Amino acid sequence: MNILIFIRMVADVVEELKIADDFKSLDIDWIRFRLSETDEHAVEQAILLKEKYGGMVTVIALDAPEVDDALYNALAKGADRAIKICGDWMNFRSPGIAKLFSNYIKDENLLVTQTLIMSGSQAIDDLEGELIYYMGENLNIPTCGIVTSVNYRSDFNLINVYKEFAGGLRGEFEINLPAIIGIQAAEKPPRYIPIAKIRAIMKTAKIEEIDIPDDHISAGKEVNRLLEPEVSGRATMLEGSPDEITAKLIEILSEKAII
Amino acid sequence: MSKGILVLADHTKEVITDVSYEMLGIGRKLADSMNQPLYSLIIGDGAEKFASGFGIADKVFVVADKKIEIAIPELIVQILKKIVTENDISLILVAGTNISSGVGPLLAAKLDYRFIHFCKNLIYENGELMATSQLFGGKIFSETVLNDCKGIFSILPGSFPAEAGKASRFPEIIDIPHPDDGLKIKFKAFIEPEAGDVDVTKESILVSVGRGIGSSDNISIADELVEIIGGAVCASRPIIDQGWLPLSRQIGKSGMIVKPKLYMALGISGAPEHIEGMKDAELIIAVNKDSAAPIFNVAQYGICADIDDIVPMLIDKLKERK
Ligand SMILES: Cc1cc2nc3c(=O)[nH]c(=O)nc-3n(C[C@H](O)[C@H](O)[C@H](O)COP(=O)(O)OP(=O)(O)OC[C@H]3O[C@@H](n4cnc5c(N)ncnc54)[C@H](O)[C@@H]3O)c2cc1C
Repeated sequence: MNILIFIRMVADVVEELKIADDFKSLDIDWIRFRLSETDEHAVEQAILLKEKYGGMVTVIALDAPEVDDALYNALAKGADRAIKICGDWMNFRSPGIAKLFSNYIKDENLLVTQTLIMSGSQAIDDLEGELIYYMGENLNIPTCGIVTSVNYRSDFNLINVYKEFAGGLRGEFEINLPAIIGIQAAEKPPRYIPIAKIRAIMKTAKIEEIDIPDDHISAGKEVNRLLEPEVSGRATMLEGSPDEITAKLIEILSEKAII
Repeated sequence: MSKGILVLADHTKEVITDVSYEMLGIGRKLADSMNQPLYSLIIGDGAEKFASGFGIADKVFVVADKKIEIAIPELIVQILKKIVTENDISLILVAGTNISSGVGPLLAAKLDYRFIHFCKNLIYENGELMATSQLFGGKIFSETVLNDCKGIFSILPGSFPAEAGKASRFPEIIDIPHPDDGLKIKFKAFIEPEAGDVDVTKESILVSVGRGIGSSDNISIADELVEIIGGAVCASRPIIDQGWLPLSRQIGKSGMIVKPKLYMALGISGAPEHIEGMKDAELIIAVNKDSAAPIFNVAQYGICADIDDIVPMLIDKLKERK
């Protein structure tokens, strides 16, 4: 199997997010970037597939702050190649990114019969929706999102996937390769790679930096305004020392006849 | 100016989800203010029996066929594209659920419409449509204005009143044949969830742990708390993905929908996918060390602190009380 994974850096929402002066984007200086969580699962699932069925795993990302860390991390986990598409892609939205990636795949003739393209099923800033469906349409290949399990049948060159619905219900689907899937959660939690191993890989492996032709792809329409959520329905905050807070909490629980 | 708004019904295993009625309600409101008809589309074996409950729409398209075991995005989009083009429909509402996910971007790519995800609100004013979406796990909202009022919107469940989408009227029903175009993906089977040791949907008290709990061992403080106040321990997705608790304990979009008397969220940020599963709890109390965590926007009481500074002390005090 020839696995291509497209990954993307997003703002880490554990940190404070600040809206930039244009009111249309986040203030880059405040953002700590991290690999999109579902992309992290996509990398893990790809490595699991490689361990089970063999093949080659290529991780591809658009240039972004801290993206090298994510790419080296994938190499340390077992990816064979890491490719960084150079340029400034900060304002690119899902449809534009999908076009860039799809053109790259076409130009490099990467779509062969045994190609499985993967990405995270959704990112936290996907205002225009899931990347994989735009890519699937551009490449005219079967597409399936919210996947939590993948098995390959080399005799038929197809994959069997589980797609998540609600309440723990899942559906099993059969998809011929080449195809594109969005990983929601890998079959196992993403493995932890010690820093020493990443340092070692940084010495031996290389991130391939490439430029792609300017095909006049538009970044996409921007939003009109970003804002912080209105605080109307906000919680009553219990303030004070832990001693005072827990005392208030017990009062509330007893008032509501819970204790 | 085009001629209509369409709501795609969302259902799994013969149950219409509430968000379908939410969409019909807001769809009706928009249709009235824009002076356009409201359509709905229901796809699936047995779809015709749902149509009678969709009287708030002017016309309901039904694609009922034994062959449709489940409507996947590819099939839905084949059908939608035809209806949208033939009826010159400008606005399409789809549910922001796992079952309908993928329909928006795929249809957008085929029709060259704009797709806007995670919508919490849609307002029509001065000839323009404004969509408010929830991004970054609920920490930031965005506003997008569509001057041409043309687009596809996915609606976050719980954004609009479902009651507004229900009517006793009987709609005009139009049967549409199954397109039979052949699909690239084959549905094989449903996989039912394994029954867990407890059914969290039946518990009146839930202590829910999120990534902020830190480690699998720390879940024991939640166990200890429910030993005293009753109920069960449940969790947000990362805890389940780590394998620290079984899937039957997951609350949210892909997990269980619960309505307990008390939902205590420990170290949960409050992403929309989590909120979807617990927003209707009678009392929500959240402990989170980030004062900007979106969970505080749905909780009645919030404590901005470290779990370790609050929960062990709470347990001690509750023990003393006994
Ligand atoms: C298609 C799809 C389906 C999904 N389905 C679900 C679902 O069913 N259920 C679900 O839950 N999620 C679901 N998600 C994931 C969801 O988007 C969030 O990623 C998830 O809910 C985050 O879980 P969390 O709040 O535990 O973690 P985080 O968002 O990482 O939040 C952890 C929080 O803990 C706080 N914290 C950290 N340490 C401490 C401490 N010591 N004391 C107090 N607070 C602390 C932090 O401030 C932070 O707010 C789904 C996502 C997608 C794309």
